[in-house]
Amino acid sequence: MYSYSDFDEAFVRARVAQFTQQVERRLDGSLTEEEFRPLRLMNGLYLQLHAYMLRVAIPYGSLNPGQMRQLAHIADTWDKGYGHFTTRQNIQFNWPKLPDVPAILQALADVEMHAIQTSGNCVRNVTADHFAGAAADEIADPRPYAELLRQWSTDHPEFQFLPRKFKIAITGSPNDRAVTRAHDIGLRMVRNAAGQPGFEVMVGGGLGRTPMIGVTVREFLPEADLLPYVEAVLSVYNTLGRRDNKYKARIKITVHETGAEEITRMIEARFAELRPLFGGNDQKLLADIREAFAPPAFRNAPTDAYDAFHSADPVFRAWADTNLTAHRNAQYAIVTISLKAHGETPGDATSAQMRLMADLAEKYGHSDLRISHEQNVILPHVHKSDLPTLHAALMQAGLATANVGLLSDIIACPGMDYCALATARSIPVAQELATHFEALKLEHEIGPLKIKISGCINACGHHHVGHIGILGLDRAGVENYQITLGGDGTETAVIGDKTGPGFAYTEIVPAIERILRAYLALRLEPSETFLQAFRRVGMDPFKVALYETEGAQDAA
Amino acid sequence: MSRRFTPKVVTANLLREGDVVYLTADDRWSPHHHEAELIEDEAHAQMRLLHASAQKLLVVGAYLADAKAGAHGPEPTHFREAFRTRGPSNYPHGKQADLV
Repeated sequence: MYSYSDFDEAFVRARVAQFTQQVERRLDGSLTEEEFRPLRLMNGLYLQLHAYMLRVAIPYGSLNPGQMRQLAHIADTWDKGYGHFTTRQNIQFNWPKLPDVPAILQALADVEMHAIQTSGNCVRNVTADHFAGAAADEIADPRPYAELLRQWSTDHPEFQFLPRKFKIAITGSPNDRAVTRAHDIGLRMVRNAAGQPGFEVMVGGGLGRTPMIGVTVREFLPEADLLPYVEAVLSVYNTLGRRDNKYKARIKITVHETGAEEITRMIEARFAELRPLFGGNDQKLLADIREAFAPPAFRNAPTDAYDAFHSADPVFRAWADTNLTAHRNAQYAIVTISLKAHGETPGDATSAQMRLMADLAEKYGHSDLRISHEQNVILPHVHKSDLPTLHAALMQAGLATANVGLLSDIIACPGMDYCALATARSIPVAQELATHFEALKLEHEIGPLKIKISGCINACGHHHVGHIGILGLDRAGVENYQITLGGDGTETAVIGDKTGPGFAYTEIVPAIERILRAYLALRLEPSETFLQAFRRVGMDPFKVALYETEGAQDAA
Repeated sequence: MSRRFTPKVVTANLLREGDVVYLTADDRWSPHHHEAELIEDEAHAQMRLLHASAQKLLVVGAYLADAKAGAHGPEPTHFREAFRTRGPSNYPHGKQADLV
């Protein structure tokens, strides 16, 4: 994995020193809150509902064990012993005190981490497929491109004050696990007719109050042109983007108002200007970065132990069948550690759990950890013969929940339990859904299902692209939950359809149960997933189940 | 037509800790909502908000929040303010735990 260059190291240390002085000046009154607020936000520090919140970047979701242990140390020393992994591959600490933040940033810098550009109208943390460099279906590892974009965008003088925040996601596989179509720029690796790798470039995706799927502005961009092309997109957006209205400032609105054809023409024209200016230095840098992402030295060993456990141990088998993904090396597996134990907060990990995952990554996972946008932790390279031991260790720590891709593997934003912007809670809804369906023992019967919950219209919980999406709102001083169905965040992305009036807090779990019982009744066979069934039958049978059942309550 | 004034409390977050606090009638900042001064006069509310906002080395983001009289002092009338009195509901690890 990538290690900081001398430049990176000096840059991050200088920022810590600068922010340390800014905090001191705020505390002694030399800076007002109005002056300080943009400075703290530039360093990832928010003031939320109950406390400060520090958002730390995990570039393209990659961590080494030392970094994970440092996050645990921060959680223990300056927070409440846990951290929250987010849908953009960040970690958030919910309880830091302002005078402690410089020390936290120093501790992050000690392990080549920072909180720069995790807030503000700039290019945010570049996210990537959490199975990068391991997935069997991958064309190329997207992390070197993501790292190139990170270096290019960090403190880029032209792009520090964009009309709004800007999010880039990248996948090296044609199968999209990075929700690229719901990002300001989505990059999906494909091959052209000659078999050469390159990118489909999508622009103007985004969720929030105006959810949109990105439009493809380039079917095939040669990989060597990535940086000038992304810069061209940013450049056009920086010129055209609406600064008069923050609700219309994201590039999705620019694309919509300008038209896909015209914005494509403008991007291509700007690209033609920019491309000669790059002169190949970006490619030299990319080649250096690539070396840092060389695959680990895979071990050649028998996998009999795995096969034996899989046949003999039903608990191990259930976990293996849901939480493992095919690796490019048939002797290896990609392990997803679920942070969604039934009844727990999606994405939270205690410091003890973080340390254990770091240890396991070191022992069994070639010292590689990833954070997924689905708020789980990935060990991308585990030899199959180590899986039974790994599973036993995870069981002891309460980290072996066999639910990846199932109902309780819910994405939930922090909602009104933490977030100052939220209009309703989302975490308790996720907790109740998981425990309710665990009690009903229906989770495995229902099969693959993505439920995503947001506590406000900003859609940090990606509810628009959930097979079942739940949006918490404030309706006349009462929590109210709207349901959308049929959303999809993959390469076949689509925004879900609203079912109708929302439901009160106490009614949302029974409402979801009615939807899922309707699905079980109407599916053609157990292998027909919820999303497939929805696409076959449409909204009507689910609306009937939701609204025409005795006891259904319209709280809108 | 202007809206009828409803009772308020002054609330903010502590600058250093970030904790939610309430302005009391004797000019303290209390972590307890029920110790807040319940303000029933609009002009007085504006004066108290100005007083709070001027304390730039103590608190951040002071504002007036709707409240009502309760058996033990002011009570919040909106669920957002109710959550602010006790902390997150997912674990008992916020204000509700600290204040026990």
